[in-house]
Amino acid sequence: MCHQTVSLVARALEEKGIATVIVGSALDVVEHCGVPRFLFTDFPLGNPCGKPWDRAMQRRIMELALELLEGAAAPRTTLRSPFAWGDDRWRERFMHVTEENRAALRAAGEARRRSQSLDKERPG
Amino acid sequence: MRYIDRSRDYYAAHGYDKPYRWAHYDAVPFAALRRPLAASTLAIVTTAMPDAGYTRKTRRLAVCETAPAPAALYTQEVFWDKEATHTDDLGSYFPLAALQALAGEARIGRVAPHYYCVPTTYSQRKTLEEDAPAIAAGCVRDEVDVALLVPL
Repeated sequence: MCHQTVSLVARALEEKGIATVIVGSALDVVEHCGVPRFLFTDFPLGNPCGKPWDRAMQRRIMELALELLEGAAAPRTTLRSPFAWGDDRWRERFMHVTEENRAALRAAGEARRRSQSLDKERPG
Repeated sequence: MRYIDRSRDYYAAHGYDKPYRWAHYDAVPFAALRRPLAASTLAIVTTAMPDAGYTRKTRRLAVCETAPAPAALYTQEVFWDKEATHTDDLGSYFPLAALQALAGEARIGRVAPHYYCVPTTYSQRKTLEEDAPAIAAGCVRDEVDVALLVPL
């Protein structure tokens, strides 16, 4: 949801004449929404600006974002950062539904709905 | 990674039968740079929250000062891959220090005096009608030229 939220904010800023660049890792969400400029870091969600503690990578990603701000000539311009995460097991694992976790996910959903329903009953 | 497809299955497994309708637009606004980046004021928008007082139930737009720089932001209740990585290093998701260094080298003019912690919500209406206009108004007050948005 983070990527959709900032995509909507970017659109609002552009309409006020403020040029924007999003630096993120959920390519499909951002491109589905439609934004002017997107720097895609193909990493697990959580570190769009570079690997933790890797200052050289983080700086290079910011430089790329600035180059995209300057260089994009039209909306929907996506630039891919050249960096790879390395260990790709997260792609398979993240939000993956399996026979092993299906019951736990169902229970988590039911707990969430119960909590939301209690919130609605509270005054104020 | 196709997050839209993956999340559809994931939330169906949670018992949410109606698929979420992700924001989609055919037309995309596009603002050209007003001035060179070396003379531009840049604002940061993050989906991290300032501190643990901004829980899933109470989080709201926060307008924060860039000086002094925060030592940390609160990411625990935002959805990211907590198995694959961590957010112990602020620089990996909130690039204030890197951008201040680039401002020091005159690559950009300056970092704006405020940054924005925007709450993530399923309600596109709330983002569009409340949070986005408030961020835009703040950016206008700070005479911001460009914005860099970093979703977790």
